[in-house]
Amino acid sequence: MPTDTLPTPEQSPSAPSGELIRLEQVTKRFGDHTVLDRLDFSVDAGRHVTLIGPSGSGKTTILRLLMTLTKPDEGTITVAGRRLFPAPEKQVREVRKQIGMVFQQFNLFPNMSVLRNITEAPVTVLGMAKDEAEERARDLLELVGLADKRDARPTQLSGGQQQRVAIARALAMRPKVLLLDEVTSALDPELVAGVLDVLRDIARSTDITMLCVTHEMNFARDISDQVLMFDSGRVIESGPPEQIFGEPENDRTREFLSAVL
Amino acid sequence: MNWDWSAVSDFMPHFWDGLLVTLRILVLGSAISFVLGLVWALLMRVPSRWVTWPVGIVTEFVRNTPLLVQLFFLFYVLPEWGVTASALTTGVIGIGLHYSTYTMQVYRAGIEAVPAGQWEAATALNLPLRRTWTAVILPQAVRRVVPALGNYVISMLKDTPMLMAITVLEMLGEARLFSQETFRFTEPLTVIGVAFIVLSYLASLALRALERRLAH
Repeated sequence: MPTDTLPTPEQSPSAPSGELIRLEQVTKRFGDHTVLDRLDFSVDAGRHVTLIGPSGSGKTTILRLLMTLTKPDEGTITVAGRRLFPAPEKQVREVRKQIGMVFQQFNLFPNMSVLRNITEAPVTVLGMAKDEAEERARDLLELVGLADKRDARPTQLSGGQQQRVAIARALAMRPKVLLLDEVTSALDPELVAGVLDVLRDIARSTDITMLCVTHEMNFARDISDQVLMFDSGRVIESGPPEQIFGEPENDRTREFLSAVL
Repeated sequence: MNWDWSAVSDFMPHFWDGLLVTLRILVLGSAISFVLGLVWALLMRVPSRWVTWPVGIVTEFVRNTPLLVQLFFLFYVLPEWGVTASALTTGVIGIGLHYSTYTMQVYRAGIEAVPAGQWEAATALNLPLRRTWTAVILPQAVRRVVPALGNYVISMLKDTPMLMAITVLEMLGEARLFSQETFRFTEPLTVIGVAFIVLSYLASLALRALERRLAH
């Protein structure tokens, strides 16, 4: 596997261990509804963290805040020691380079080939030479098992294939953090395994920090080293997957798990 | 009704002249309306009222007043302010401007139809705003609106005779001139009527071919 195309700890200026993401006193409201209420939350570098909890509990909102797709009403967000919010636009762009995201609906660019979906940002944002970007894109496509699809259009691919391209596209930017937002929820059941295999591979073979929201409890158990149980915008329980899934302490966690497992 | 084939052949040289002028109006007018309509649509998205209000008022005004009035205004009033251009140039600008206020709405709908997820993916990849527009949003928006833009080209074709009112000799102008000189009305008017049908039909064929090519 071409692991050299993936981020390694040597590339991060900060130490691979230690805190990478910090949310402090973050409040997010949608109208009258407060999704996150003065949330404090941090993730150490290299961790694979899964956020679980009932829908509407604020899990996806955290990913969207980190990707700057939405802004908090109050609080601060810091990534690798630099402020992401509040921060001037130029700094936001710099800090955001360290974060990649894979979406529930893939969101590939339908007007571009698979290869260009992957090379577009490295070339225009990182200023990478086109040849180099294409070579790396080919390696990444191999990693996700789609080397033969480089010239296809996204619409010619199955949902599972599109999602694997989307993963390759996010990795092409060499992010330190990969945000995974319900990445298998829109897939037909038989296509889920292929996507999870790829993510499991990446989780095992790289030091990339993963923050994932999922309803796939098996996947959460399999790749994460930390599970956070959310309810009403708060972390009500956290711990290694064996503990959360094996012997949850909180009643709400137990209730939730018995409903989804 | 008497039909005189010799009148038809007498009219044909004038007809070809008129056809060329009609096609020039159509091609240049469409080009102006496509570009200007996109400019209006993009300006309407600038997050400042100092931009959107004037653009909104001007385009609303142009869209809701008759093309003929606008053509007269451009042709007879602007020269009084020292702005002069040939009748054809004035007419092309007039019809292009008029239709740009329609294509603007087409573009707006096309831009709004691009899913929010495309913007979010562009943000997640840190693409600059400009690049997001040119590489992601506009290619998808324009592809969506080609059929609607094409329909406006066909509408515009049917509005080209309006330019006769400002002395442009397009097909109808040539036919009318011919009629005034020869007192034959049936033949020239029939010829240009057929020509309009043929042009509309060819345009719709070209449009359908283009739509097929643009399908993902």
